[in-house]
Amino acid sequence: MAVPSILSRERIVARPGFNRWLIPPAALAVHLCIGQAYATSVYKSALVAHFDTSLTAIGVIFSIAIVMLGLSAAVFGTWVDKNGPRAAMFTAACFWAAGFLVGSLGIATEQLWLLYFGYGFLGGIGLGIGYISPVSTLIKWFPDRPGLATGMAIMGFGGGALIASPISRQLMSLYDPSYDGTAGTTPDGGAVAGLFLTLGIVYFCFMVFGSAIVRVPAEGWRPEGWDPSTVKQKALVTTENVSARNAVKTPQFWLLWTVLFCNVTAGIGILEQAAPMIQDFFRTGETSAIAASAAAGFVGVLSLFNMAGRFVWSSTSDYIGRKNIYMVYLGVGLLLYVALATLGSSATWLFVVLAAIILSFYGGGFATIPAYLRDLFGTYQVGAIHGRLLTAWSAAGVAGPLIVNGVLDTQGTPGQLVAGDYRPALFIMVGLLAVGFLANLMVKPVDDRWHEPKKAEAASTARTPERSAAR
Amino acid sequence: MSSSLSTSDRQQQPTHTPVALIVFAWALVGIPLLYGLFRTVQTAITLFTG
Repeated sequence: MAVPSILSRERIVARPGFNRWLIPPAALAVHLCIGQAYATSVYKSALVAHFDTSLTAIGVIFSIAIVMLGLSAAVFGTWVDKNGPRAAMFTAACFWAAGFLVGSLGIATEQLWLLYFGYGFLGGIGLGIGYISPVSTLIKWFPDRPGLATGMAIMGFGGGALIASPISRQLMSLYDPSYDGTAGTTPDGGAVAGLFLTLGIVYFCFMVFGSAIVRVPAEGWRPEGWDPSTVKQKALVTTENVSARNAVKTPQFWLLWTVLFCNVTAGIGILEQAAPMIQDFFRTGETSAIAASAAAGFVGVLSLFNMAGRFVWSSTSDYIGRKNIYMVYLGVGLLLYVALATLGSSATWLFVVLAAIILSFYGGGFATIPAYLRDLFGTYQVGAIHGRLLTAWSAAGVAGPLIVNGVLDTQGTPGQLVAGDYRPALFIMVGLLAVGFLANLMVKPVDDRWHEPKKAEAASTARTPERSAAR
Repeated sequence: MSSSLSTSDRQQQPTHTPVALIVFAWALVGIPLLYGLFRTVQTAITLFTG
C-alpha cells in the first residue's frame, strides 16, 4: 500500500544537526490523544441512560476498541515499519478522529451500532496504529537510552486519560448546563455527542502536529559521544536484526508474550475493581470505612502510579537490564499481591501503598517491552514485532476482568463483599505472575539462524530474496 | 545550483532545529499533561482527606 510522498519515510529523514529532543513530543502528541481510551468511564452512565441499555452493552464499545488495538497493531505493524512514523501517525489520526465523529453521529441518531463501529472498530484501529507508530522511531533516535525513550511515549498513553477525564467533564457541563460533573448528575446524550465531535477535531489536530514534526534518523546516525560497541557488552542485547516474520517463530517472542499477558492481566485485576475494592476491603456490615469520594481518590492515586511507573521503571531498565526489571515487576509484584491478599485489610495506608506499587509495575511492564524487544530482536522491525506482541494486551483485556468478575460473582453480591471475597481472585493473579516470572527466567538470546543477513552478505545473496521468509 | 540538488544531497546538508520549535512542541504536550496531573492529584488527595 503506497502512501503520498508527503507522508513517506524518505521525506522525513533528518539532516545532520537535527535535534532528537523534538521526537518525544511528537510521540507524546499521539499517545496523549489515544490514551483517552482509558477515560471512557466519564460518560459511561450517560450513554447507558441515553441508549436505555445495560452497562455491559456500553462496556462492549471499549472491549471492541481494545481487541481492535491488538489486532490492528499486529496486522499493520510491518506496514508501519515500512512506511515510517509520519504515515503511521497520520493514518492513526484519521482513524482515531473518524472513530469519534462516527461515534458522535451514532449518539446523536441513537444508533448504538454506529458507536460500536465508530469508536470501537475505527477508533480501535487508530489506537493500534497510533500506539506502535512512534516506538521504533524513538528506539532508533535513542539507542543509548531506549527504555527512557519508550517510557516517555508510553507514559503519554497513561497521561492521556488523566487529561481526558477532567476536560470531558468540563465540556459536557458546557454542552449540558444541568450537568455539573458531580456524582449523581448525568449529562444528556447531546452533550456526549458534542463531546465526541470536539474530541475528534482536537485530537486530529494534535496527532497531525505530531506527524508533521516527526523525523527518522539517517542511516548510520548515532548520538554524539555514544559508542555502539558498548551495547554488545550487555547480556541479552543484540546488534543483529530479526524480521517480524521470523520473530514470531522464536520461543523468545512467545515467552515475552506470556510475560506481558501475565503482567497486564494481574494489573487489570486491580484496575478493573479499584473503587469498589478499597471500599469492600474496609467494610464492616453494610457500611465501608472508605467513602465514595475517597474511593475515587484511590483511583486517582493508581492512575498517577500507573503513569509514573511507565517512565521511572522503563528508564531504570536502561541501567539494570530488561530481564532484571521484569524479575522485579513479576517477582516483587507476586509478593506484593500475596501481601495485599493477606494483610491488605489491616490498614488503609498499607492497602494503598501495595496497590500503588503493583500498578506502577503494570505501567512499567507496558513501557519496557519495546526496549526488551529491541534488545532481543534488534531495531530492524521492532515496531512490527511490538505490534504482534500487543495481542497479549488484547487477550489480557478479556481475561483480567473475566477472572476478577467471575470469581467475585461466586463470592456474593456487589456492595456486600468483604476482603476475604477477593482472595481467590488475588491468588489467581499470584499464580499468573509466577507463570510470567518463570517465562521471563527462560528468556535467552535469539538463535543466530533467525538473524537477518548482514548487508555485504545480503548483496552476495541477492539472488535469493526469499531468504528471510524462508527461515 | 542549489535548486537542482537531489533529495540525497539535501539530506546531507546540515540543519539547525530552532529552540523555539522544541520549546513550543514540549509546551503543547506538557501543559495539558501538567493540567491532567494537577487535576488527578486534586482527586487523589480526597483519599487522604476523606
